[in-house]
Amino acid sequence: MNAVANYNFAYLDEQTKRMIRRAILKAVAIPGYQVPFSSREMPMPYGWGTGGVQVTASIIGPDDVLKVIDQGADDTTNAVSIRAFFAKVAQVKTTTHTAEATIIQTRHRIPERKLEAGQILVYQVPIPEPLRFLEPRETETRKMHALEEYGLMHVKLYEDIARHGRIATTYAYPVKVEGRYVMDPSPTPKFDNPKMHRSEALQLFGAGREHRIYAVPPHTEVVSLDFEDHPFTVQHFAEPCALCGAEQVYLDEVILDDRGGHMYVCSDTDHCEERRDAGYVGVMGEAAE
Amino acid sequence: MSDEPLLRVSNLTKYYGSRLGCADVSFELWPGEVLAIVGESGSGKTTLLNTLSANLEPTSGEALYRMRMGEWRNIYELSEAERRFLTRTDWGFVHQNPADGLRMTVSAGANVGERLMAVGDRHYGRIRDTALDWLGRVEIAADRIDDQPRSFSGGMRQRLQIARNLVTGPRLIFMDEPTGGLDVSVQARLLDLLRQLVGELGLSAIVVTHDLAVARLLSHRMMVMKDGHVIEAGLTDRVLDDPREPYTQLLVSSILQV
Repeated sequence: MNAVANYNFAYLDEQTKRMIRRAILKAVAIPGYQVPFSSREMPMPYGWGTGGVQVTASIIGPDDVLKVIDQGADDTTNAVSIRAFFAKVAQVKTTTHTAEATIIQTRHRIPERKLEAGQILVYQVPIPEPLRFLEPRETETRKMHALEEYGLMHVKLYEDIARHGRIATTYAYPVKVEGRYVMDPSPTPKFDNPKMHRSEALQLFGAGREHRIYAVPPHTEVVSLDFEDHPFTVQHFAEPCALCGAEQVYLDEVILDDRGGHMYVCSDTDHCEERRDAGYVGVMGEAAE
Repeated sequence: MSDEPLLRVSNLTKYYGSRLGCADVSFELWPGEVLAIVGESGSGKTTLLNTLSANLEPTSGEALYRMRMGEWRNIYELSEAERRFLTRTDWGFVHQNPADGLRMTVSAGANVGERLMAVGDRHYGRIRDTALDWLGRVEIAADRIDDQPRSFSGGMRQRLQIARNLVTGPRLIFMDEPTGGLDVSVQARLLDLLRQLVGELGLSAIVVTHDLAVARLLSHRMMVMKDGHVIEAGLTDRVLDDPREPYTQLLVSSILQV
């Protein structure tokens, strides 16, 4: 074996993994509740997904197939390094195909392809507390969660409508899980909120810097907060993906030149590639050979 | 007026360690009645108010409150959830400094609407209409509804704080020096407004003030405190016109005459 053999499987030692698994079990038992855990220093900076990496390291086994995405893309720095990290310290198979993966670690997106039973989606969470910017005291927000005092969350939505005429929150859009806890779905666009509702996959959330883990078990009700006369809606895009022609997907704007040229492409790169392989072509795309 | 009091306080005592806050306070408050607590700084008025409003735990004694359903509950034996629900629906607390009672970073409309949303109102249009109605009642122009209170004058902030407290139709309001820090003309307007609202809504109120003129205008009854003890209590006009205790006589005679 090479030098990598000095690491325990998946980097963390077994005691740490047991501690994190206990936190995950508790989180699954109380959907949406933020379980404190003793977050470890990881060989990457905070904000790069230390929470998600610890969760993944605790649940991954030798037979798992790992996919890592960052803003929907498999080929950005964050995604590439975390995938390489686990390929090295756990010798697991990695993939970019959503359908093949058993564990998908994500930052900011849920894949367009519907997740299936048996798959686990691990979110990297910067700030787990949805009430943080409304009520800075942690003692008070914990009490508010305990007593289900969530009026303040609607104060934020009220402010949005008063200022912008509509609910202007577009990411980290608060949801109520199983009719009880209000949860921050991490900075995913609200476009992805409906995908969390009654998802067949297990969804785990790890916040490394904030020492919190929470979860949404399969088939759990996840409802986005709104007003009766200003119901929750997702973003709509005027044009389809320029490469694969997909509609009803989340698109990124790509600037092409300094004269205002731009294109909209799928944020989920795997979804876009699959479609192009299947023969779909957008207005700026080239047909696959 | 109802034939039963709203609040029954008996032998309420609060010590901070070995130091006395207030001692042996007993009284009854009736629906629609305004009670003033007067006295000099350090006499225990604010301690008493904070204890009555369940912000502080008393060392001994009890305060029985008649809930909306008619049953009597000791407010210090309520669960935290019940107490917090009570304080944001059936009670109100008007702070001396409006910044303590308002959310300074959200608009006036959201400040008024927060209590409605806290009790489950989820209709934006209705919440806004109610907020507009209440801003009108406290004489804040409708076009200020989306402004943050930090752009408001002191008097407007105080009126906004009052609207925010009254929107859920509380039955009991605690006020800590509601006119402190305001100049006299603004003070006069605020007192007018308070008197009118209290009369219209049939509110009970406990007002802490060191200003005997405020007590005279607002309250039906008053208690005079000194060194943590209530030394004299009675109808406001009686206490002010015919003070019995030497300290009360001193207090009344210390009012500046113009």
